[in-house]
Parts: sequence; C-alpha cells; structure tokens
Amino acid sequence: MASLLGRFCRKLVVPGSAHGSRMISTTACDSEAVKSLNLYSAINQALHIALETDPRSYVFGEDVGFGGVFRCTTGLAERFGKNRVFNTPLCEQGIVGFGIGLAAMGNRAVVEIQFADYIYPAFDQIVNEAAKFRYRSGNQFNCGGLTIRAPYGAVGHGGHYHSQSPEAFFCHVPGIKVVIPRSPREAKGLLLSSIRDPNPVVFFEPKWLYRQAVEEVPEHDYMIPLSQAEVIREGNDITLVGWGAQLTVMEQACLDAEKEGISCELIDLKTLLPWDKETVEASVKKTGRLLISHEAPVTGGFGAEISATILERCFLKLEAPVSRVCGLDTPFPLVFEPFYMPTKNKASSSSSLSSPLKKKHYLIMGLHVWCRYWMQSSPLLITSHSICFFR
Amino acid sequence: MAQHLKSSSKSILLNILRHNIGFSSPSHASRHLRHNLPHGPLTTRLSPNPITRYCNTMVDTLSSIGSHEDTNSQVMDFPGGKVAFTPEIHFISESNEERVPCYRVLDDNGQQLTNSQFVPVSKEIAVKMYSDMVTLQMMDNIFYEAQRQGRLSFYATAFGEEAINIASAAALSPDDVIFPQYREPGVLLWRGFTLQEFANQCFGNKSDYGKGRQMPVHYGSNKLNYFTVSATIATQLPNAVGAAYSLKMDEKDACAVTFFGDGGSSEGDFHAALNFAAVMEAPVLFICRNNGWAISTPTSDQFRSDGVVVKGRAYGIRSIRVDGNDALAMYSAVHEAREMAIREHRPILIEALTYRVGHHSTSDDSTRYRSADEIEWWNKARNPLSRFRTWVESNGWWSDEAESDLRSKIKKEMLEAIRVAEKTEKPNLNHMFSDVYDVPPLNLREQELLVRQAIKSHPQDYPSDVPL
Repeated sequence: MASLLGRFCRKLVVPGSAHGSRMISTTACDSEAVKSLNLYSAINQALHIALETDPRSYVFGEDVGFGGVFRCTTGLAERFGKNRVFNTPLCEQGIVGFGIGLAAMGNRAVVEIQFADYIYPAFDQIVNEAAKFRYRSGNQFNCGGLTIRAPYGAVGHGGHYHSQSPEAFFCHVPGIKVVIPRSPREAKGLLLSSIRDPNPVVFFEPKWLYRQAVEEVPEHDYMIPLSQAEVIREGNDITLVGWGAQLTVMEQACLDAEKEGISCELIDLKTLLPWDKETVEASVKKTGRLLISHEAPVTGGFGAEISATILERCFLKLEAPVSRVCGLDTPFPLVFEPFYMPTKNKASSSSSLSSPLKKKHYLIMGLHVWCRYWMQSSPLLITSHSICFFR
Repeated sequence: MAQHLKSSSKSILLNILRHNIGFSSPSHASRHLRHNLPHGPLTTRLSPNPITRYCNTMVDTLSSIGSHEDTNSQVMDFPGGKVAFTPEIHFISESNEERVPCYRVLDDNGQQLTNSQFVPVSKEIAVKMYSDMVTLQMMDNIFYEAQRQGRLSFYATAFGEEAINIASAAALSPDDVIFPQYREPGVLLWRGFTLQEFANQCFGNKSDYGKGRQMPVHYGSNKLNYFTVSATIATQLPNAVGAAYSLKMDEKDACAVTFFGDGGSSEGDFHAALNFAAVMEAPVLFICRNNGWAISTPTSDQFRSDGVVVKGRAYGIRSIRVDGNDALAMYSAVHEAREMAIREHRPILIEALTYRVGHHSTSDDSTRYRSADEIEWWNKARNPLSRFRTWVESNGWWSDEAESDLRSKIKKEMLEAIRVAEKTEKPNLNHMFSDVYDVPPLNLREQELLVRQAIKSHPQDYPSDVPL
C-alpha cells in the first residue's frame, strides 16, 4: 500500500533537495529564470516555443484546438491560429499519415495521439512509412520533422485502454526514435529536442505525472540531448534503470534500500531508441548488479533488450542475474491494478536487490578470498568481490 | 458504349454543363455553371475569385429548406446544421439507378466524339504524350523480358494504363508533388526520368538514387517531385493530404497528386485520407486506377458500390469518372481537377476506368484467374495507345515512319540502359547502414563492424558484387 499512497500523495521533488545521495543534473543553471510547473504545463511551454521558433511547424490531433484532454495544447490555437494548431478527425492513421506528409515537405509536424492505447491504427504509417521514409528513398526524402506525442502509463483507474505502455513495440523499429521524459523539466527539454531532431520521434508522456509532478522548469528555450542516459542518483552496489513515471517508484526503492545500507545508482534512460548502452554499461561494471523496471508487461518488454545487452557486455562483472521488475503479462487491469504494478517493494525484494547470500556467508567468502590473497599475493582476487551487504 | 453516347448525347451534354465536365457536386454550386458552352475544346476558365468552399457543403444553405408544402415537415437544428424532417420512412437506395457515366473524348477507335468537351492539347504535347506512352510500353516489355531471363529479380508492368500514366502527368505541373502507388512510372518518364535511371533502380546499382535498398520499380526522385514508392497499399494517400496542406499553407501554385488502384480504395488509409482532405481543405488529387483487378481479386470481390467515384460524395469530395484509356479525357479531367484543387483548396477524386492488361507482376500468372481471351481483347480492341495514335495522326502529327523511328530508338536506348545498369557495380556496403537515421547511431556503427568481421571470416557467404 505504501507504494500506492506514494503515487497519490507525493510530488516529484526537485533534484538537489535533501534526499540521500546527490542527484546529478545536466540542465539549466540556477541563475536562469525558472517557474514551478507541472508536466502538462512544461509540455505546453515546449510546444509554444516550438511553434514560435519555426513558422513552418504545426500541432494537431484530436481535441487539440481547445487545449487537449490533458491541456497540453492550451493557448496554442489562439496564439498561432487554426491553420497551424487544429483538430483532426478521429482517425489515428490519418493523423500520423497526414503528419508524415507535412514533415516530408520540410515542416515540423507535432502530432498528438490522445492516448498511447490508441496509437495502433497508426502503427503501419509509423513502421512502414515514417521509419523508412529516408532510407528507402536513398536520403532524397525524409520525414524527420515528425514528432508523435502520446500520454502513456498507469493513472490509477485507467484499465485496459487508458494505461498502456507500448514503448516496446516502437523500440523494435529501426528508423524512429523513442523518447520518454521523467519530469516536467526533462519533458520540456526532451520534447524540444525531439521536435527539432531530424528523425521521426515517438514521445511518450507519463500521464500520471501531468498534474502530479511539479518542478522548477527554466522558462527559456533549452534542449536536452537524445540518446544520452542520465545517472540521476549515484551509488555503488546496484544499478537501477528505468524511464518515465517508473523512476519515481524506483527512487523510493533506492531510498528504502539505502536504509538497509545498499547504495543504489539510478539511471534514467530517457531515449529508448537508440539507447545509451555506454552509460548503463559503465554503471553496471562499477556496481555488478542490474535491475530494470517498467510498467509494460515483462515478456518482450524493453527490459529484455537492456538485460540481454548488458549480459553481453558485462557478463564477467555481474554478481547476480539481471532483474526485471515489470508489469505482468495481462491486459492492464482495473481492480487489480495495484497487484499488476511494479511497486517499490517488488523492486526491493527482487533478486538483484536482495541477494540470497546472507551477511555471514559473505564474511566467510571474504575470508576465503583473504586467505587466497595471503597465499598467492594476487590483487586480482580481491578486486573481483566488492564488499557489500545484502539482505 | 459509343452507341449509348450518340443516343443520349444531349442529356449527357446537359449533365456536363450542369456539373462542370461531370464533376458531381451539389446543384447550387452554381459558380461553376458554364452557360452556352460551345462543343469542342473548353474555352472558359474558372471564376477568378477564390471560392469559400464551405458554401457547398454546409447544410445550412440547402435551398430545399422552407420550401416544403407539407405541413408535417419541420426543420430542426442538430449539431452539424439544419435538416429538414420527413414523415416518410425512406431509406436512401444503396446505389443510384444508373451508374455514374464515364467521361470520354475519343471513341473506341480513337475518333473524337462530336460533342466532347476537352482541354486543347498542342502538337508538341500530343506528340510527347504519345511518344511517352510508346516508351512506357516498350520499357515495360523489355524490363519484363529481362526479369524472365533472370537478369532482374522482379518487375511490374503498367500495360493498359499508359494513358493514365502519361496523360495525367502531362496535365500537371512539375511542381505538383506525386505520391504514387507502384504502377505509375509513366509520370516519372514524362517528367524526364531517363531509361538509364529506371534501369539503375531496377538493378539496384550504385547509381540508383534509392541506393539499392528496395525491389525494382520502387522509384523515387526528389528533383522530379516524385516520392519514393512503398509497396504498402494506400499508405501514400494520407501522406499526400499532408503534403497538399503544406503546399496550401506555403501558398504554392501546386497540388499533391496521389495514385492508387481499385484494391487500394478498400484500405483504411483511403477513407482516412479522403476525410482528412475534405476537412483540411487540401489541394490534392486522388487518382484511382480502377483496372478491374487487385492481383487476382476482381472488383466484384472488392466493393459493392458503383466503383470508387461514388465514394467521393460520402466525404464531401467532388468526383469524376473518366475513361482511363482515353488520353485526352484523362488529360482534361486532371487538368480541370488540378485547377479546382489549387484555386479552391479542395480535394478531387478521379476514378479512371481501365484494364490491367499485364499480370500483377512477374510473380503472377493472371491466366490462372482470368481468361486469356479477355486479356487479349483489352490489349487489342481497347488499347489506349492505338486510340490516341489515331487521334494524333488525324491531326497530321504522327506517321508510321515516326512510329518505327521512335520504336527502334527506344529499343536501342533500353538495351543500352540495361547493359550499362547490369555492369555498374552495386552500392557500397556502408549504404546498408546510412540513412536509417540522419546520422548512424552507435549500435549501427557497431553492427557494421560485426558484419565486416563476418565477411572476413566467411567471404563465401556474401555476394562479391557489393563493394566493401
């Protein structure tokens, strides 16, 4: 229940406030003007800036004209006119197909899909047109100006069709990028990068955080680079990787683990395709353990890709199997949502964070190592086992 | 067909006058009424004032409201506008009593119909049109044979559809952007794509603009405003609408044109695109090549409407049915449609009736599902080339000598193009990895290294004609 309460009551706290380990921030410096914004306002700001800075940019989708069902497009139609910000018919394949055509003519088309659950009619356009537009033409054409935004993820009461996390489907498509921000400040910078990136981008916004997350967001035009993961919490014992709203859950798990004396390194992947393997690899080589967490069902989820890659690259450094703490292999349920979700306690009790090795067993192993060193004077044996205590 | 026209030509002419060469639209769209038009080439132009097209489609302006004498009739407001009520339970029939008539200028033998309206075509244009139709046919023949000989992996011909290909292209401007399906190489040919360029793509050599990535006939040319072919059916339709919207916003004197077949009109993207085009008021031409077959599926298994032309009205789109094997009719219809699309910011649907004389592709043997006699009849009796040739010759613009000169020239050029394309080397291996994104990401750079290592270890697994 703690995790549920956590979801409903807490706000996402600004990096830098006193919550255990220092969080690394790579965005604006303190002296610039900032405003306390929630996620949908930050996204709204990004869209205002995008339309302001490029006269050949457009924002459209279902209900976008009055501000959108999540208010992300508030004020845009009034400010930039109905020719640039407009409602479309209720037809995702048309919305994305139309957006591809606009982008193919050198415009920026920021397309909204009302819920990620409804993106599938557009899947053909995304996979067979958008993703291949540049490649199949020999770079004569491209639709890099296309950005598809969609709210994704659990919201507490969304059920099958207002809670899905479909990122894994898109991560399997060479030619597009998949970006998922974790917070308002990140969302604004990442969205501006996505819009301006010369490749088609699918941008999933954690709808749970639209109102729940409040953060100091710089008012100016800034971009956060794509395909660069961020270590948002440094640690030595285990690496945790996630994206979007799940990071707030994982952060809680990190805090709990810290009370047990486990130092956790938390990484926000931000861009899932192409993803920053180097940052995760460097971290796991340091910690020796990896836990991946996402809301999407575990089977075939993007965690599998991260797990397989890290296994290939860090096998000899791994002290435990890679853990995936994910949604279950069921359609997203309503009444059973609390059971379905990858909570912080599920993370805490996962095998990575809770090694089967008991403290005394480890001491014996440590003694064994020490004896061997004494006999063979080989420093290598010591460095292959770092001193950690696990429950 | 010619009989029918002669006997009811007067009523057809009236229809034409009322509906502007047969584009079906609400009767009160009187701005396009042409009074006292002479027979023969069209001489009047459209009204110079841009029209607010909403007037045509807003239900509010229906003149029938208020004119009912029946006191039981009422008019009420609903979202979407006023609508007259009726006490009768009446279902609109699933089809009109008669099929939508088909606009043509030439009869089956290539004689100009006496009451036909058409946009005049100069000698230069007519000769180029006919020559390009011949070129297209010969190119298709020779490439098809090359595939049969094993020199090409695949090919798809446009036999029977040469008039649609060439005449539509001739009626457009080079600035109009094309979103093809895959049976419209004639549009590229008209615009200047050379036989060598066609051959390069078919052989996937290093001169292919597509860099060897796709199967033959998947042409694309940004300098000729022809978007690269993708094999997925009808996906190009909504793209064309977006491109048209861009042209409108940029105030270009150009439209988007997209082609698709009878089969393509069943795809969801067709419906999405037409609806979007109407709502967005996009200057786009939807040209349907209704050639009777979607591989082996005849139109009777494809839809139960009166073809594709009637679907336009369902979306609020002005539409016309044309004889796709009549080069002059195609030219006129596309010419007029283009003007309307650009001036009025509206989509137009053109259903060009034709027949797919060739097989669907080299992977198909259509005699398995249709009679060889049927194919032969269309090839001979309803051939678009012979009809147009008759008309061109009747103007004194063509001859047998010109024909044989052209054919021998094309044959020579084609064989040379194939010879050169075949021996030109393939694109470099690094082009497998470029253009997936604007810049290759790390994972692709790594994979290229892995592939190159694999080639070093097992060279026999890999073709030797791809330069490394």
